[in-house]
Amino acid sequence: MPWDRNQMAARAAQELKDGMYVNLGIGIPTLVANYIPEGVHVTLQSENGMLGLGPFPLEGEEDPDLINAGKQTITELAHSAYFDSAQSFGMIRGGKIAMAILGAMEVSENGDLANWMIPGKLVKGMGGAMDLVAGVKRVVIVMDHTNKHGDSKLLKECTLPLTGTGVVSRIITNLGVLDVVEGGLKIVECAEGVTEDEIRAATEATIVN
Amino acid sequence: MNKVYDSAAEALDGLLFDGMFIAAGGFGLCGIPELLIEAIKDAGTRDLTFASNNAGVDDFGIGILLQTRQVKKMISSYVGENAEFMRQYLSGELELEFNPQGTLAERMRAGGCGIPGFYTKTGVGTQIAEGKEHKEFDGETYILERGIVADLSIVKAWKADTTGNLVFRKTARNFNPPAAMCGKVCVAEVEEIVEPGQLDPDKIHLPGIYVHRLIKGDHEKRIEQRTTRAA
Repeated sequence: MPWDRNQMAARAAQELKDGMYVNLGIGIPTLVANYIPEGVHVTLQSENGMLGLGPFPLEGEEDPDLINAGKQTITELAHSAYFDSAQSFGMIRGGKIAMAILGAMEVSENGDLANWMIPGKLVKGMGGAMDLVAGVKRVVIVMDHTNKHGDSKLLKECTLPLTGTGVVSRIITNLGVLDVVEGGLKIVECAEGVTEDEIRAATEATIVN
Repeated sequence: MNKVYDSAAEALDGLLFDGMFIAAGGFGLCGIPELLIEAIKDAGTRDLTFASNNAGVDDFGIGILLQTRQVKKMISSYVGENAEFMRQYLSGELELEFNPQGTLAERMRAGGCGIPGFYTKTGVGTQIAEGKEHKEFDGETYILERGIVADLSIVKAWKADTTGNLVFRKTARNFNPPAAMCGKVCVAEVEEIVEPGQLDPDKIHLPGIYVHRLIKGDHEKRIEQRTTRAA
């Protein structure tokens, strides 16, 4: 059985190490916060100007001045800190954030990432994604292995406009976990009940042993 | 020197002209100068270029200036929440310059600090880098980005004293300080104005040197994605 959204998020949470400062993207990456392993203390960064993101508020306690980068209402923690957008991206660009977990439309076998626009169709913008992939030490992608037409999202070369080149280290999909290595992608883990052959069949990118 | 005005319209009096370049604070609908945007709508100023991280939603924030066709160009990092924006852009009625979010913030900060350009790794190898100077530093490639100087900055803060010292609240700070810094003139709208001495000088987020005009107003402070957890 391929992993569902929550299982993918739970698997991504295993990437977190105690003491890390981490930025989580919008969508499935946001769910990663629900699965941080016991005993692992990480500080979440939100690029709109906050370190130490707390959980969503209880109903009636929403504060319009306190949101995450997905514009959702959140809460603060005892160690939270606020700052402006220039300082926020100063810490991102300056390499102070250990890891970013982001969504993607396409990833290529050399670690190129496309996740911000579909020309002529979907024009949303890159937000902070280009800065994150350029500045953060390790970029982990969480996405479905194929698109809604069944085509592989792990490609030899991205077809969509790029967010960054050679920036992705690891890809967690509904089928398993792959690393970007010399010469292509390496399967490091299969979702329970999914075989390596099934991953190969669903992957256009070169798979290396 | 009096910086405090009675209304948004009075605070903007004499500052608006067609074709002008405005830098606005805010992230999504959080910490946006909603009263000043409304006053610009009422003033009917046209052919505006906005440097603003987002474009509001259809009926709030900069979105209301799109409805009235007062905006010629947006410089933004993310516009996905605004259907009218998408329609105007895809039909060629509206110009759009996408900037990576950190590049936009730094362009504002740099412009306000007298720095006309800076090199960044962000966007190297992407569309964003096309036509820009590339330079290697210590074996890595960077691109040149320009500082922004706007004709006018409009920002929202929580509290001000009458000399324009500003304090922001939580994540509503976001783009407001860099946006304020990059304007030739900056107008701030706040929730409370106090006398000098009532704000702790150690806790001023943006010194009044950057703020030329001030208004106090009632803010709707709309929530874009109300998200809660179960009790």
